[in-house]
Amino acid sequence: MSILETRDIVKQYAQHRALDGVSISIPRGTIFGLLGPNGAGKTSLIRIINQITGPDAGEVFFDGRPLDSSHIGRIGYLPEERGLYKKMKVGDQLLYLAQLKGLSERQAMDKLRIWFTKFDIKTWWSKNVEDLSKGMQQKIQFVATVLHEPDLIILDEPFSGFDPINANLIKDEILELRDRGSTIIFSTHRMESVEELCDHIALINRSRKVLDGPKKAIKEQFKTHTYHVEYQGSIEGMNPVFHVLESIPLEDGFTRSNIQIPPDAAVNDLVRALIDRVAVRSFGENIPSMNDIFIQAVGEVPTT
Amino acid sequence: MKTIFLILKREYLVRVKKKSFLIMTFLTPLLMTGLWLVPVYMATKNVDVKRVEVVDESNLFGKTFKNTKELNYQFVKTPIEQAKKNFAKSGYDVLVYIPKQIIQQPNDLKIYAENNVSLTIQSGIEDSIEQEIENIKLLQAGIDRKVLDDTKVRVSADTYSLSEEGERDSSSGAASAIGYLCAIMIYGTTFLYGAQVMRGVMEEKTNRIVEVIISSVKPFQLMAGKIIGVALVGLTQFMLWIMLTIGLSSVMSSVLGVERPQPVAMQMAGGAGAAAMQDVQGAKPAQRTSSNVVTKALKAVGTLNIPLIITCFLIYFIGGYLIYSALFAAVGSAVDAEADVQQFMLPITIPLILSFIMAQFVIRDPNGTMAVWLSMIPFTSPIIMMVRIPFGVPIWEILVSVTLLVLGFIGTAWLAARIYRVGILMYGKKPTYRELSKWLFYKA
Repeated sequence: MSILETRDIVKQYAQHRALDGVSISIPRGTIFGLLGPNGAGKTSLIRIINQITGPDAGEVFFDGRPLDSSHIGRIGYLPEERGLYKKMKVGDQLLYLAQLKGLSERQAMDKLRIWFTKFDIKTWWSKNVEDLSKGMQQKIQFVATVLHEPDLIILDEPFSGFDPINANLIKDEILELRDRGSTIIFSTHRMESVEELCDHIALINRSRKVLDGPKKAIKEQFKTHTYHVEYQGSIEGMNPVFHVLESIPLEDGFTRSNIQIPPDAAVNDLVRALIDRVAVRSFGENIPSMNDIFIQAVGEVPTT
Repeated sequence: MKTIFLILKREYLVRVKKKSFLIMTFLTPLLMTGLWLVPVYMATKNVDVKRVEVVDESNLFGKTFKNTKELNYQFVKTPIEQAKKNFAKSGYDVLVYIPKQIIQQPNDLKIYAENNVSLTIQSGIEDSIEQEIENIKLLQAGIDRKVLDDTKVRVSADTYSLSEEGERDSSSGAASAIGYLCAIMIYGTTFLYGAQVMRGVMEEKTNRIVEVIISSVKPFQLMAGKIIGVALVGLTQFMLWIMLTIGLSSVMSSVLGVERPQPVAMQMAGGAGAAAMQDVQGAKPAQRTSSNVVTKALKAVGTLNIPLIITCFLIYFIGGYLIYSALFAAVGSAVDAEADVQQFMLPITIPLILSFIMAQFVIRDPNGTMAVWLSMIPFTSPIIMMVRIPFGVPIWEILVSVTLLVLGFIGTAWLAARIYRVGILMYGKKPTYRELSKWLFYKA
């Protein structure tokens, strides 16, 4: 069952329709990649899920019920534009934000203690936020997002501003949150992290959903039935159904070729034909990367 | 409700803990105490004696100049040219030259000094000579000075207010003073705390924390919490100011030995009263007769309905603050930077400044048509009604005015909230009034 479902969401701004009949369904316990070029409508959708704005038409269901203010405490949101009160102490600020999400002061305190130990940031408690580096502030904001153990966590570009070490730390936290049962909506332009983390994706382009489903199924849908092979010798004179797209001689005397086969052909036949002719060093299917899929679906290169 | 409380608690604590709050809170009573104590203290202190050399060619003014605490006159027979030459070494501070034909040509009087002559000395000497010439001329006409003095009668009336409860002392002087003081306080604090609300809203917007907050609370709750929180900061500051000022003044005055009637201060256990008393007292502290004036003024203040004034002051302070701070919040939400604030300030500043200016006319005619109307309109009533109340306003008028004030607040808050909820999420472009009006009709 899905934790969140939107049905035919429409959001209209003065001159511009930001969302046009967007329906997505987010399965519980997954990391759901919400992808799309700039201005596609991702932020509008996220704001509707967070009840910051309401849709002009369509419905949102949380846990099978229409979304309302009782769900606020079950959602955690890390916006793309980060922000904290600069002149407020880290500890006070986290307590405040947690209480706004419905935690009691004592509950918030207990949970904060765990996170401060985990991230080894105990000394930051009584520092003003403005005295922390940007990366440190990001960490604090991440803690603020997940502190109330929300069922649904919405992360908008969570890795921007982190160095590789801290980005890894956050990545591990996201995976751990998923394994403990939270659902994560992950909005990003960085396809390599989508590749790494997401179970499901939805792609929004020009206010409409253009792709949606489990990552594997989408990759299956986009695959081109091409294979790469590295070999010594010549593959001339193979059955013409095996269409050689290109052949690149490598420096060590080997050649690398990309070969396309018809969708109904068996891969084994290709392998057999290859073995008969050349000495094969490696063979594999060309699986489309998320980047390829993005470009193909949207028609432009993802920019950060 | 719980969320609003959380928000206002944060707004309150953050502001109260600020260094600038502490400095303002403790420095202001010091300044206020100083403001009335310093002149009193200076007046009781000895003043430097100035030595004045008088060359009187007319020989008419020998008895005119009486030595005072500040001025010591010395008549010399030296010719003026000589006196001028020796002046620098003579040790005198001022040289006065009265020519022979002073009666015919009074403008020939000359006063010399090393530096500029102070206005008090100049006018003192001029007055003395003027009066003596007048005396001489009167005598020549056959009139004795005494006769003339007898013809000058001073009239001073006590004012009373006649109402159904009968006759009672009223003092339009005290009423004006208190009314004006209330107007100034409401005017000043509305700007002071309204601007704080605005800056708070802008801080949240430019920090971008607002998106996180309103994913947890409704924009209206955030706005309301901020406005109430800042209002409580204002009330705290008032209370501290009043207590510190009363405390400091009594300590300082006992240290300096300045007389100050205490019982009346106790009678008026309220801010407006206490501050007004200082105002009345501070007005003429240097005069010897001041204690008389002060007691009279305090008695006059005592005739006013102090509890009513204080109650109304609190109502109108809170009402006025709420109306304007909602507008300030809307302005803060609409702009990205302090520099863009100016274009939206007019709707706020114009009614405020207008009512402050009108207050001076209302004081002259507190029950005129204009005064009554202005004290009904919610945007002007906080200031104008407070000016009128010390003069006595029928209860029904106050009730109508307060009702309108509450309705006005609800209207402004609704308007402001609708601008606010759109504004806090709008970045980048400078909005215009036309766009703001469109925001009013956006679906949330």
